[in-house]
Amino acid sequence: MSQEQIDQLITKDYAAGFVTDIESETLAPGLDEDVIRFISGKKNEPEWMLEWRLKAYRAWREMVEPEWAHVNYPKIDFDALSYYSAPKSMEDKPKSLDEVDPELLETYKKLGIPLHEQEMLAGVAVDAVFDSVSVATTFRGKLKDAGVIFCSISEAVHDYPELIKKYLGSVVPQKDNFYAALNSAVFSDGSFVYIPKGVRCPMELSTYFRINEQNTGQFERTLIIADEGSHVSYLEGCTAPMRDENQLHAAVVELVALDDANIKYSTVQNWYPGNAEGHGGIYNFVTKRGIAHTNARISWTQVETGSAITWKYPSCVLKGDNSVGEFYSVALTNNYQQADTGTKMIHLGKNTRSTIISKGISAGKSSNAYRGLVRMNPAAEGARNYTQCDSLLIGDKCAAHTFPYIESKNPSAVIEHEATTSKVSDDQLYLCLQRGIDTEKAVSMIVNGFCKEVFKELPMEFAVEAGKLLEVSLEGSVG
Amino acid sequence: MLSINNLHAKIDDKLILKELNLQVNAGEVHAIMGPNGSGKSTTGHVLSGRDGYEVVEGSVSFLGKNLLEMDTEERAREGLFLAFQYPVEIPGVSNMEFMKAAVDAVREHRGQEAIDAVSFLKKTREFCKAVNLDQNFLKRGVNEGFSGGEKKRNEILQMMLLEPKLCILDETDSGLDIDALQVVAEGVNSLRSPERSFLIVTHYQRLLDYIEPDFVHVLAGGKIVKSGDKSLALELEEKGYGWIEASLSGAA
Ligand SMILES: Nc1ncnc2c1ncn2[C@@H]1O[C@H](COP(=O)(O)OP(=O)(O)O)[C@@H](O)[C@H]1O
Ligand SMILES: [Mg+2]
Repeated sequence: MSQEQIDQLITKDYAAGFVTDIESETLAPGLDEDVIRFISGKKNEPEWMLEWRLKAYRAWREMVEPEWAHVNYPKIDFDALSYYSAPKSMEDKPKSLDEVDPELLETYKKLGIPLHEQEMLAGVAVDAVFDSVSVATTFRGKLKDAGVIFCSISEAVHDYPELIKKYLGSVVPQKDNFYAALNSAVFSDGSFVYIPKGVRCPMELSTYFRINEQNTGQFERTLIIADEGSHVSYLEGCTAPMRDENQLHAAVVELVALDDANIKYSTVQNWYPGNAEGHGGIYNFVTKRGIAHTNARISWTQVETGSAITWKYPSCVLKGDNSVGEFYSVALTNNYQQADTGTKMIHLGKNTRSTIISKGISAGKSSNAYRGLVRMNPAAEGARNYTQCDSLLIGDKCAAHTFPYIESKNPSAVIEHEATTSKVSDDQLYLCLQRGIDTEKAVSMIVNGFCKEVFKELPMEFAVEAGKLLEVSLEGSVG
Repeated sequence: MLSINNLHAKIDDKLILKELNLQVNAGEVHAIMGPNGSGKSTTGHVLSGRDGYEVVEGSVSFLGKNLLEMDTEERAREGLFLAFQYPVEIPGVSNMEFMKAAVDAVREHRGQEAIDAVSFLKKTREFCKAVNLDQNFLKRGVNEGFSGGEKKRNEILQMMLLEPKLCILDETDSGLDIDALQVVAEGVNSLRSPERSFLIVTHYQRLLDYIEPDFVHVLAGGKIVKSGDKSLALELEEKGYGWIEASLSGAA
């Protein structure tokens, strides 16, 4: 197989790229306190919520954009963005899928996520976010029986104000970082989950996101609280239509795992990555963090294939003794994509344990960086971390970087780090071709093999989807 | 089956094959011997269509088709198999998955029904036994951490599964102990049939004790300089290649 063929494979078009034609109600670009009042008013928010947003906004105005990440992009003009957009037909929320705009449902169908089927097949409750407003929330009843709350964060502000007041910003404070502050000020919508004490959530909870409005920053906010001894598995997946202009996405996800609780958070991320020349594509600046109390476990699994720029470090604060943090990641970059992603494991409690398995795949002219911090605080007696960080290069125009940071303030803590870099070699491809296997299949097999350790952490339905996604994304690379 | 005519091939602008001629009929076994660097592996790579080689002159027909016009994977699907001198590792891709993908591709090309997982597994296990490889090797990554001998036996396993028309074995015997050598030979012999041909590249007579060739050729300087029956292999074993090179330069 020749370089030319490889290049051809790399330039296949983004399969999910199309624009849905739905009239949207969009706010004029720009951000000031009035805009925040408007957003809050639109949502009929109580005064305390508005104050919370304003506090974040005032903090944000004093902050500067971070520049330490290994990514390059033109400066974002935050005044050129619009901070609110809702599909018009959503003014009156539909009670069931039948009331949902058919065009919207068609969009999901094109993406291969027919809600009806999905509900039945997978037994998954779907909270679909189209632009900024939740349009369909299902399986409420079944979850209600178990005492599980799964709703949009806007609803939660009205219906569960005590939980929101107590936990919103408790993991990622308003002033945490530039993008988190921005999100706190203007967050549009997102999911809220509460699992009561000792309850095992009876199904996987899933949200599909989709950005649809040009020039609209989208600012989801997700809060998951697993009360003592409870279990929950949450799936987040998304894909975005083709765009010329860069779109900002700055989400915040907060996880709270109380004593003995278990949260598994899985993401398949497929935002529009930009075209082969590097135009368009989503800027994805995400803050994801969880706090694990005594004996609790938080597990992040992510498959990242999209976005022009990804800046994302799902992290665990291992606060309670014996708590466990895990991070399993596949990040694939192609064409001109740039990813700077990794995790932070902050060990505070005794005998806390963390595992990091990161698989970076770079193809085309992309750049893929792993950035990980493992910190053992003075009280983290007997804490352990194991980090494995593997990079796979496809072609010779891409790059992989590894930035591991280790801070150990407790001599009894054990930190292990392993890193490898390999290439999909011509010899490997030749072996496959000589056995009759075509290049596309060969690359997909090699890449999937490389990611195996992470895929096995994904829930079953997601693992299949993730494999497919890699194939599609590599249809644009060598895979 | 295979007809190589006046083949000239380059790599990196260096002419390696010069005026190579070879006719292989169905059912025949041809041994190719020759000094290091004479172009034996190159012949296998050019025939199988490896990237980077340029044919500058000559033609090759395979089962009546123009071989040189086909893509690498197409040649494989048409029934050309190369057992590599140095089989490469593909970590993480299970041997089983790899072989299934290969068999699927080849069967589809031949218009055969896809083989179901159960029959495939059964067949694979049977062949594992035949080449004396533990079934655990099916679950491991392709050639990942295999010893030299295990890699070679894995090649023969793939050959058995793919049922090729033309099998090219590039020094499959090198580095094998006598038991492994016998296993490889038995694998080849079990596949011998009137419809299947073999090109066996080797340095040693000993493999030919087990696989009896119909013809033996000596490749030197990118072309066949001497052909004969199996007695030629014995002669080479005894005298080395020096006398051929000497007689050639004497004749020139
Ligand atoms: N990639 C390459 N670039 C340049 N020369 C090569 C390359 N590969 C092989 N050769 C040369 O081609 C000649 C034949 O090599 P090869 O076919 O491997 O010989 P054999 O298998 O008979 O030992 C040798 O002189 C070798 O150095
Ligand atoms: Mg050789």
